[in-house]
Amino acid sequence: MQEAATSLAGSPPTQNEDALIERIRNGERELFYELIRPYERRVYAAAFAILRNEADAEDAAQEAVLKAFRNIKQFRSEAKFSTWLIQIAINEARMRRRKNHPELIEPIADRQDESGDYVPRDFADWREIPSETLGRKEVRERLAEALASLGQIYRDVFILRDMQHLSIEETASTLKISTASVKTRLLRARLMLRDLLAPGLGSAWFSQTSFGKGAKPW
Amino acid sequence: MVVKCEVVWREVSNYVDGEVGPELRSAMDDHFRICKRCTSVLEGTQNVVHLYGDESMVSVPLGYSHRLHRRLEEDMHPGRRTFFGWMVAAAASVLVAGGFEAARSSGRLPQLRSPHAQRASSVPPDMMVLIYPDGKTFHVAGCTYIPSQAHLESVKASEAEREGYTPCVRCLKKYLTQNTSSGDTPIRTV
Repeated sequence: MQEAATSLAGSPPTQNEDALIERIRNGERELFYELIRPYERRVYAAAFAILRNEADAEDAAQEAVLKAFRNIKQFRSEAKFSTWLIQIAINEARMRRRKNHPELIEPIADRQDESGDYVPRDFADWREIPSETLGRKEVRERLAEALASLGQIYRDVFILRDMQHLSIEETASTLKISTASVKTRLLRARLMLRDLLAPGLGSAWFSQTSFGKGAKPW
Repeated sequence: MVVKCEVVWREVSNYVDGEVGPELRSAMDDHFRICKRCTSVLEGTQNVVHLYGDESMVSVPLGYSHRLHRRLEEDMHPGRRTFFGWMVAAAASVLVAGGFEAARSSGRLPQLRSPHAQRASSVPPDMMVLIYPDGKTFHVAGCTYIPSQAHLESVKASEAEREGYTPCVRCLKKYLTQNTSSGDTPIRTV
């Protein structure tokens, strides 16, 4: 069973965050609950996107939060706490994926080629999708399947940049790659997802929404 | 400046992110006006960014937050599980059910999340109820006072009360200390 929805991109109030962190560092450890509350779901979502398994993702999320708590004195205030926390979660999930699920890592021969230009498929149209469509489980599952079908190097960049909303520089720093590589992989990931999803979104999914055939909302 | 389709395909992601210079952006805008295929690529890319960035894309398991806090607490207070602690815990577990009532009668009650709320009088402690992090009340499933966008978590009523949540005046009215059926307007504290 799942909770209804989760806030991933929200911007929790951060004005008191520095003060909160300082108090935690000075011994008021119980305040850590308050500090992480706005980010709990983002941590889980980051881990789930990489591990694709609820139990593994929850374990990784818990471990990431514990690591953040144990290492709060190492947090440097010039970075955002949320970014630091998500980086820990991503690294924890990636480490578990390597260790427990090597089958999730594609053989080199199966990876999509990073070099060379990607030619997007020629679809006549892809209508805009109302966000309410995401309320349907099959749509979310279809999106998850499409994401899972990407090569790991593209998926990781896409998760950090487009799902966790890290900047290009933060994404590069987390994955220890150049900003140029982030941009290249992000482009490829987005275009591949567009090619994977556009046919389905153009027909079956949309026929069940309020926008009937021939009645485009624009 | 005129750009070909190949250039658009290479730069469309940067275009969406606002990472192209004004001259290239202007040239791409001109290109989109005359090229249906590249317009489709642009719209598709924007749709992908929009869909996957939506907050409702991912849902978390019920009870996740509760389990996370419990594990954090175990890590935060490892000394609480010494041998003596285990002995005390074992003895205390027998008294758990009555303990909450004792705390209630001794006046050491959890601070309520809303100053206007009423404490529960006899909600079954093992009854599963729904809470959400920023809420003040707990509910039974299907209650119309649950905000549609709430991130629900299922916990025992006793746990909800320990966290300072109070019963919803609509779905758990019968458990309120003061019955609101005497003409008082129920206070919505969600």
